[in-house]
Formats: sequence, structure tokens, C-alpha cells
Amino acid sequence: MTDSAMSDRRTLARPGAGLRLGRFRDLTLVPVIVVLLIAGSFVDPVFLTPGNLTNVLQQQSALALVVLAEALILIAGKFDLSLESTVGMAPAVAVMFVIPVSAGGFGLEIPAALAIPLCLLIGAAIGAFNGFLILRFQLSAFVVTLAMLIVVHGLQLGLTGGKSLFALPESFTYLGGANWLGLPAAVWITGVLFAAGIAALGYFRAGRSLYAIGGNADAARAAGIRVERVLWVVFIVGGTLAALAGVLETGRLGGISANQGVGWIFMVFAAAVIGGVSMDGGKGTILGALTGVLVIGLVENILTLKGVPGEWKQLVYGAIILVALMISRLAGGRAQD
Amino acid sequence: MTSTELAVVEARNITKRFGPTVALDNAGITIGAGQTHALVGRNGAGKSTLVSILTGLQRPDQGEVLFAGEPAPALADRDAWRSRVACVYQRSTIIPALTVAENLFINRQTEGGRLINWRALRARAQNVLDQYGVAIDAGSQAGDLSIEQRQLVEIARALSFGARFIILDEPTAQLDGPAISRLFDRMRALREQGVTMMFISHHLEEVYEVCQTVTVFRDARHVITSPVPDLPHDALVAAMTGEAAVAYQARNRKVKAKAPIVLAVSGLGLAGRFQDVDLQVRGGEIVGLAGSGSSGKVGLAESLVGLRRPDTGTITVNGATPRLGDVPSALKAGLGFVPQDRHHQGFVPLLSIGENATMPIAHKLGRFGTISSARRRTRAEGMIEQLDIKTTGPDQPVGDLSGGNAQKVVLARALADDPSALVVINPTAGVDIKAKRALLGSVEDAAARGAGAVLVSDELDDLRICDRVLVMFHGRVTKELPRGWTDSELVAAMEGISS
Ligand SMILES: Nc1ncnc2c1ncn2[C@@H]1O[C@H](COP(=O)(O)OP(=O)(O)O)[C@@H](O)[C@H]1O
Ligand SMILES: [Mg+2]
Repeated sequence: MTDSAMSDRRTLARPGAGLRLGRFRDLTLVPVIVVLLIAGSFVDPVFLTPGNLTNVLQQQSALALVVLAEALILIAGKFDLSLESTVGMAPAVAVMFVIPVSAGGFGLEIPAALAIPLCLLIGAAIGAFNGFLILRFQLSAFVVTLAMLIVVHGLQLGLTGGKSLFALPESFTYLGGANWLGLPAAVWITGVLFAAGIAALGYFRAGRSLYAIGGNADAARAAGIRVERVLWVVFIVGGTLAALAGVLETGRLGGISANQGVGWIFMVFAAAVIGGVSMDGGKGTILGALTGVLVIGLVENILTLKGVPGEWKQLVYGAIILVALMISRLAGGRAQD
Repeated sequence: MTSTELAVVEARNITKRFGPTVALDNAGITIGAGQTHALVGRNGAGKSTLVSILTGLQRPDQGEVLFAGEPAPALADRDAWRSRVACVYQRSTIIPALTVAENLFINRQTEGGRLINWRALRARAQNVLDQYGVAIDAGSQAGDLSIEQRQLVEIARALSFGARFIILDEPTAQLDGPAISRLFDRMRALREQGVTMMFISHHLEEVYEVCQTVTVFRDARHVITSPVPDLPHDALVAAMTGEAAVAYQARNRKVKAKAPIVLAVSGLGLAGRFQDVDLQVRGGEIVGLAGSGSSGKVGLAESLVGLRRPDTGTITVNGATPRLGDVPSALKAGLGFVPQDRHHQGFVPLLSIGENATMPIAHKLGRFGTISSARRRTRAEGMIEQLDIKTTGPDQPVGDLSGGNAQKVVLARALADDPSALVVINPTAGVDIKAKRALLGSVEDAAARGAGAVLVSDELDDLRICDRVLVMFHGRVTKELPRGWTDSELVAAMEGISS
């Protein structure tokens, strides 16, 4: 058997190289971020000030939470398009339980302190329902959540009559607007949740099981992982995070418009994918997804500072995402999938 | 084998249905301690289904499983199952994006604490690998391993649960000769340590090589269990097929000296794969390509059909020179091919047999980009008959067929346009004896119709239909053997031992 052992050693190309490469694959967007920081400082001297950068972080925090949710779901090999609708619908409906009829509420006027828990509960329920349809009935995640994207947003439009809600309880908008220790509370919350996500997917069995499920669900099942249960929890966590993103966004803007969250899902996927999360499941990291969010946020900020007219923003935006993709591909040396 | 005291595992009167299909019909097996027990049967005989029942992945509709006389644990108790039985499944359960270490300890990465200590995990994994003599770095990415290495990781993982009974479902199907003999060395060593094994293979000579007992399943039923020495080859084949059968007899063909050259290659090279290959195939001739896994034979064949782009040299098909590395151009020049990996490159599983088999001739089945489904049906029915494809009809999706029949569809597609040159890569991998005969027969039929063929195979028996066999070693053609070679001659040449 020593003989076979010898020949194995010979055939294995660059032992250990995989791990070393793997460690840096998360960080392939760092050069892009550096380039953006340098470019930004040339565009406008304001760009590199702490105030502006804090601003970027605050503006991106809600989107970042949805990216976190989507990254978890993608790594587990599934899909959720309906997250963007949850961002608008969950806070809108939760708030309507609190505010009086005159302000657009249901007239139930439950205590304001219950609004945020209720909002998160609604997000969790949407995730649970998605999971139920996808796992119980073995439906395609893409189609189910596409339908749910429309249903959930439709529910918001129907209940609010398409109107924006402005008379919000103060406790509800607090998180999106407050400052803690010099940084917006939203940035703290998002930062802590990302740290939790990185730790969970890096150092906990339950988190690692997402990679196993996304990489090969049958193998995960054979290894004793309760695939359906884990996926269900992931959908629920995803919905909850999207609802929390809705709370932060509501607080930041001071109101809930009828199209809060609409169109986000494209940015969410762009951020996750340029951050190295695979659409086929089983690959990518939360840290990588975070770098994806930062790239998107910096690009948006630079375009705003540069005064690019809104009509052209979309084009520049899309083009820059494509460039970021190519750079990360060159730096990472791996085919994007 | 009558005393149950000695049985490590016993499955009794197992019945398992999948919708209308009866996968196991009151079948059973008893495996004695320390035995290497072969389970053989044609594709679809129910072998893999028995494996999933014996490993607790599926519940039988009827019947029971006993381990050392005790009833099997509850289905949800995976750890209990894994301490009794380990398995290398037919479909790989290695997750390519994770490291070898994590693959070994999937879902048990932690030891005591809640946090995963990656350094300790890697050390534990390296220990397991060393213990079973698997020389692989635990930190490497599983996706970077060869098929053989992945399998070794699966075996090490299987044994690391402490089970003394291990099931190997078609472990040799994707390995080349030397890798198979290394696997067998390993299996013998395990047997000496008292490990009991159940071994599934389509290669009956392997059964004679490593097994002591053999069980035959046919059409979901148990047919016979016998000590291997008491069941000669022909009787074994007869038990599997239900009829007295002989191995495929190569026909007596003669290549006409004046037959045109249909496929010519000169100075072909692809960095790291093969160099300086010259090759000429005449109409009606079958040329074999043999060599070990790293010999470059598959790379060469894939270059011929445009799946890879060689760096140097030219390819001529029927006098035309298709663009290198361009499949459509090769097909247009009159080439047909059966790729190595039928699941990835061979067919679209959800499409019907008719659509799959007529894909290259779709333009001939209708005008202005339309496809006449009646004509497609007729063509497909002809192919089904010609290749004896077991199916409910041309509308059945190929994904529902068993391995051998799916491969026939792939070959039918290769032959659909009456190619003047045919390149066939490992056509009989994972295919049972009857399907093998039909497949090799069709290649010979094509040659009789005047096509030239290149046949790449890891199986010496397949190569017997060749008029001559080119042996590759480290990327070069090192030997040419005319018809009538002996096994030892060919193996020596493949191993690079020149005579
Ligand atoms: N999960 C499944 N769903 C439906 N049919 C199945 C499933 N697994 C196996 N079968 C069918 O059961 C029969 C036995 O299959 P299998 O046990 O894989 O055979 P073998 O391993 O002997 O080739 C085949 O007809 C196959 O199509
Ligand atoms: Mg099988």
C-alpha cells in the first residue's frame, strides 16, 4: 500500500494550494475597492472624508442586509426573489397595525413597541411560506419566489391603497436614524449581523451545512444533515433579514413609499455574484458578499458626487458591475458560475 | 452461508417500489463476516436500490434489514447506521467546493465544542488519511482531486466511522487499469484486517479477482448466491441475463487496402496532454486507442471531435479540414462521436429519445428551421429498433433510461448522420453485458457500412473489435498492435514496459 501511496502523491498537483487560494478568493474585490477609493478621491475631495464614507455605509446598510439574506439562500443552493417585496410590505403592514385609520392604518392601534417585532414576524412568515411551497411541494424556488415577489408587493399596494405611510411611530423609525458612538445605528446592526453570518458560516456546523447542501444535497443527506429543515430555517432567516432591512430603510427615509424595495433584487444579485457567491449553490462567503455590497455602494456614491444625470446612472452602473466581475475573475483566476 | 450468527448483514424479503417500477421484488442478501461479497446484475436489476436500503437512506416497502442479527436502527439515526455500515455510493458524495478535511468530517466538524477549529479539523483529517494510507493533503480542495483520489477519500471517510462493513457501488466504473489494481490491493488489505465488503461491478473478471461469494440479481429478484469458485463465468452471465450467453465475439472483418482514408491526423499536440500524434484511419477500419488514465488518449480523442483545441497539427476528415476545437465544424465534416461523460456531454436528460437521437440531423427533418415530428418519430423508431433500446417509446425522456440504454441513445445520435468517421470514447463504461454487445455490434455495423472508427477504451475486451490498437504512454503513441494481441502484451505496452 505504500506503493499506491507514493503514486498518489505524485498525481496530486500542488497540495495545499487550494486552501491558500481559497482564503484569498473572498478578497478578490479588494483591489476593485482600492481602485474605487482612489478614483473617488480624484472625482471629488469630499469623497474620502469620514462623513461621506459613513454616509455610503448608512445608505447601503439596508441593501446589505438583503444581500446577506440572499447570500445565505444562494449558498444553500436555493433562490429568493421575493425578498425585495418583503422590504416594503413587512414594515408597511406592521405599521398599519399601530397607526390610526386617519394616518392610513387598520384602526387596531396596538402598542407601538410591537411594530418592529411584528414586522420581523411578517418577514419570517413570508420566508416560511416560501420554504413550505418549495420544500413540501418540490416546486422551483425561482418560480415560487417570482410569484411571491408579485403577491407580497401586491398585498402592500392593496392594503395601503398604493399610498405612502408617513405618520410612523417614533420607535419604529429610531433604528434607521439613530447614531450610536458616532456611527449610524443601522451600520452597527448590519455590521454585527454580517459578523454573525461570517462566524456562523465559517465556524459552526449548522452554517457549514449550507455549503454541503448547496454543493450536493444528496451527499448532505447521507451525512445526516436534515436538508429540508435547514433550508426552511434559511428561508425564514432570509425573510426576517429582509424585514429588518425594511425597518432600517423606513427609518432612514422617514416614511414607507409604495415602492420601497422595488427593483432591489437586481442589485442584491449583482452584489452577491460579484462578491463571489455562486448562483449554482455551495460556493461563496459572507465576507465576499460584503465586498460586493461595498463596491456597489462606492460606485453609486461616486456617480452621485460626479453629478451623473439620473438617466445615465443605470448604464454606468451596469457597466461598472460588468467590469468588477471581469476584474474579480482575473484576480481570482476562477470561472464565474 | 446458512448460519445467521456469522452474518454481518442480512436483508430479508425486501420489496421496494418507485411508482409503477418495482426496483426490488422480495429480494435479499446475507453477507458473512470477513467476506468480500459481490453483487452483480444488469443495469436496473435493483443493486443500487438495495444499497440505499442497506445504508438506511431509503425505507423498504416490505422486508427487514438485520445487522449481526439485530434489527436495523431507525432511519433518522444516521450515526447508528454509519457505525454499522459504510458506503461508497455509485454517485460521488464528495463536495468539490469544500476541502478534503471538511469532506471527511462533514456534519461532524466539531469535536466537543461548538466552534469549528479548522487547524484541529485538518489535523484530524490528515490522521484519518494517513491511517488508511491515502496520501492526499487534507487541506486541498476536493474539486482538485482525481476521480481515484476522491474515491479514496470516500473510502477513508466511510471507514472513519468505525464500521466494519463497507459497500462499494461500482467503484471501478470510472477508474483506469492501474487505479483499479491499486483499489484491489487496498480491498485485499482491508479484508486481511477483517473488514467485510459488498462489491458491485459490471466487470465479472473483477468479481473473480477480489470476491469470495457472489449474489446475482435479475429483474429486481434474487437469482443465486454462490461461492465464486463454484460459479464459472458462463454460468454467472447466464444467471444475470437469464439466458446462456457468450461474451461479444468480434467479427472477422478485413479492411480494404484501397479504402479511402476518412480521418487523418498529423503532428497533433496539446500542451500537457499529448504530442506529435500521427494517425490515419481508413473507411471500414476500427482503430483502438489504449493507455492509462494519464496517457492522453481521451484528450486526443476529444481533440479529434473538437471538444478540445489542439495547439499544433492538423486534422483531416474525409478530405476536409474542420476548424480545430470546433464541434459543429467537425460534425459538418462528417464526424460522429460518443463523448466520455454521457451525462454531461452526451444527452439532454429531459428531452425525449427522439429529440436527443436526431439532434444532429434536425435540419434534415423539416424545412425552414421547422422539425417534422412525424419524421423524427420514424427515424427515432428505426434507431430504437436497430440498437435494441429498452424504452416505452421515442417520447420517453432519456433521463429515465438505465445507463446502458442511455448510452445507446448517445451512440444512435453519433450514427444519425451516417458519419464517415466515428470517435467513440469508453462506450461501455458502466454498461451491462447485453448492452455492451449491442453497442460494440453497432460500431462494427458502422464500420461494415464503410465508416472509419476510433475507439478509446479502458476495457481490453472492447478493443478486440479493433483492426489495430495504438497504445499511448505519457502523451505519445508508443506502440501499434495488430489484431491478435494478447492481454499481457497490451497491458505491458500501456504500463510503458517495452518489449
Ligand atoms: N429514486 C428512484 N425513483 C424512481 N425509480 C427509481 C429510483 N431509483 C431506482 N429506480 C428504478 O429502480 C430500478 C432499479 O434501479 P437500480 O437499483 O439503480 O439498479 P442497478 O443499480 O442495479 O442498475 C430501475 O428501473 C430504476 O429506474
Ligand atoms: Mg446502480
